[in-house]
Amino acid sequence: MSNDSFRKGLEGLDSGPAGSPRETPRVEAPEGGIPAHPTVDALRIQFGEAIGLHELVAGDEHVVYIDPARAFQILHWLRDEPGQQYDFLQDLTAVDYGNGTTIQVVWQLWSIPNRLNIRIKADLPLDALEVDSVYYVWRAADWLEREVWDLFGVTFRGHPDLRRILMPYNYTEGHPLRKDFPLRGRYSRAEQTQRALSMTIEDHYSAIELAVARRIGQDLPEVIVEGGTGLTDSVGMGSGAGDI
Amino acid sequence: MATRKRTVVYDVRRHPELGAGGGIVSAPIVPVEGEVASDYSENFSGEHMLINIGPQHPATHGVLRLVLELDGETVIRCIPHIGYLHSSFEKLGEYRDWNQIVPLTDRMDYLAPLIYNCAYAMAVEKMMGVQVTERCKVVRVILMELDRIFSHLLWLGTTGIDLGAFTVFLYTFQERERIYNLHESYTGARITTSSTRIGGMMADLPAGWIEQLQSFISNFPRTLDEVETLLTNNAIWIGRTQDVGVITAEDAVNFGLSGANLRASGVAYDVRKDRPYYDYESYDFDVPVGEHGDIYDRYLCRMEEMRQSLRILQQAISRLPGGPINVSDPRVILPGKTATMNDMESMIHHFKIVMEGVRAPVGESWFSVESSKGELGMYVVSDGGSKPVRWRVRGPSFINIAALPHMIEGALLSDVIAVNASLDIVLGEIDR
Repeated sequence: MSNDSFRKGLEGLDSGPAGSPRETPRVEAPEGGIPAHPTVDALRIQFGEAIGLHELVAGDEHVVYIDPARAFQILHWLRDEPGQQYDFLQDLTAVDYGNGTTIQVVWQLWSIPNRLNIRIKADLPLDALEVDSVYYVWRAADWLEREVWDLFGVTFRGHPDLRRILMPYNYTEGHPLRKDFPLRGRYSRAEQTQRALSMTIEDHYSAIELAVARRIGQDLPEVIVEGGTGLTDSVGMGSGAGDI
Repeated sequence: MATRKRTVVYDVRRHPELGAGGGIVSAPIVPVEGEVASDYSENFSGEHMLINIGPQHPATHGVLRLVLELDGETVIRCIPHIGYLHSSFEKLGEYRDWNQIVPLTDRMDYLAPLIYNCAYAMAVEKMMGVQVTERCKVVRVILMELDRIFSHLLWLGTTGIDLGAFTVFLYTFQERERIYNLHESYTGARITTSSTRIGGMMADLPAGWIEQLQSFISNFPRTLDEVETLLTNNAIWIGRTQDVGVITAEDAVNFGLSGANLRASGVAYDVRKDRPYYDYESYDFDVPVGEHGDIYDRYLCRMEEMRQSLRILQQAISRLPGGPINVSDPRVILPGKTATMNDMESMIHHFKIVMEGVRAPVGESWFSVESSKGELGMYVVSDGGSKPVRWRVRGPSFINIAALPHMIEGALLSDVIAVNASLDIVLGEIDR
């Protein structure tokens, strides 16, 4: 047993971390049932079938599973309904349990006036990783959704500018936080180096900036000016940083 | 095209009390009505330009890169690019057992490492249902409040430099050095503290540490007063900060701002008050709330937060109980050396923890604390193994900096530096 778990860590370097059991693990309900949460009851009345399981985790955190197809309606209602007022999007993220079937998207909400938390989750099947964007409900979702897209490959329908955020714009190895993604990346070290060195100046800019540069008829500014004609040279010759 | 101009530069009416004491207020700085604005439009209107600030630029406070479209000196569009410091901490965490993740946390926010250490340990403990000892709670409160001061001091010094006040930097870094010494004498490291463990701390406080802390507490207010003398009524400081980078309360909530950035806009949301942890409800402290949502109010909020942190520190020291710092639960804490060598059961626990790591039951927790930069959320998910399925950090800076374009579009280029500094970001945690 201990030997297995020890090997588990080493194997992952090349193959991605070992996934969980095929079933997504569920937290057992406490004895005597889950205490009522006003929002969950209201959600059931309002949306009925679209509201799934209600879980209590870590003692006092309420989790509600929803139908991803109605995510926008439900989340928008949670913010705007006078009795709910979840006006603060604390977090938006995703979890890949490595079961090969679903990725879970998580919205963590807080209501500043009512001082209440709720966590909304939706299971998205791997072959249809799409859910509505809440960009126009909470602007905080802008970068958070880009991050989930970048690292998990979940598409947010209606996000106006869904592009990579932490990884480079020309990254082609996939979505790194998926469980099937190896820690060292999908390409060999040599190929990764070669790709990093052959980035063009356009690779450092988003589509909006490229359009602006075309419109005003200006060359794109260098990304790192010192020591060469761009990132390629300064990395290749090892100058630049050393001068400082 | 419509000309944008700087609306207000200096407003004496806003702080009538400043006029009573000093003569500084009577010296107006920049005339802004009329002529200046029209000069801008005549000379520069229509000449758009795309410029790059960063990633290697001292005023971006790390490897942040901002691409600005300028019309003369006015910012038309700002597009931040991040990821230059991406270290894939969250991915790496899935290959580490629960205790091995602690060193990753302080490398995210190296300006307040202990808050990150504590927040992570607290999230995992909450998920596992481990209750830490009373002494551990108070020690963690002390460490977190100390690092709040630590981080605010860096913010104060570097923002001062960005706006041309070099002296403040020297004052604040002298005080930071004292906190570095406190870090070092407790954890052995100045920045990468890695001091928490699941179920307690790596060690108890060393002898004389509390006395060292007390001497810091008694000397620090003087420096704070001196810095306030340098800045609060300073005409240049006021001119550069008041009504610059304004965000309304409604927008601030919608953008998910937290910490002093949110409270400066008039929203009283502080995790320590709204969802108290570690008996924060029993400490007597106030949360400063601003009114205008500009740089100046963020400055005032942070200055007051440091004073309030001192109050909490004093109360925590006076109530610091004795007793063990670690829980006695053998599932999470290594048994003592003597017990391990003499007692079969302890040896088994020791072996299990060393070889397999702490095992967390199936479950998850999204737990947040009020860090120096805002609400720091830690989301941990376990499938019952000794490694997390997911470890996610809701970095306050990541969400705060996303609101930067909203605050500076339409402002002047020089304000970009000021607003960016006022948000108090740390790129280690933005890029993770």
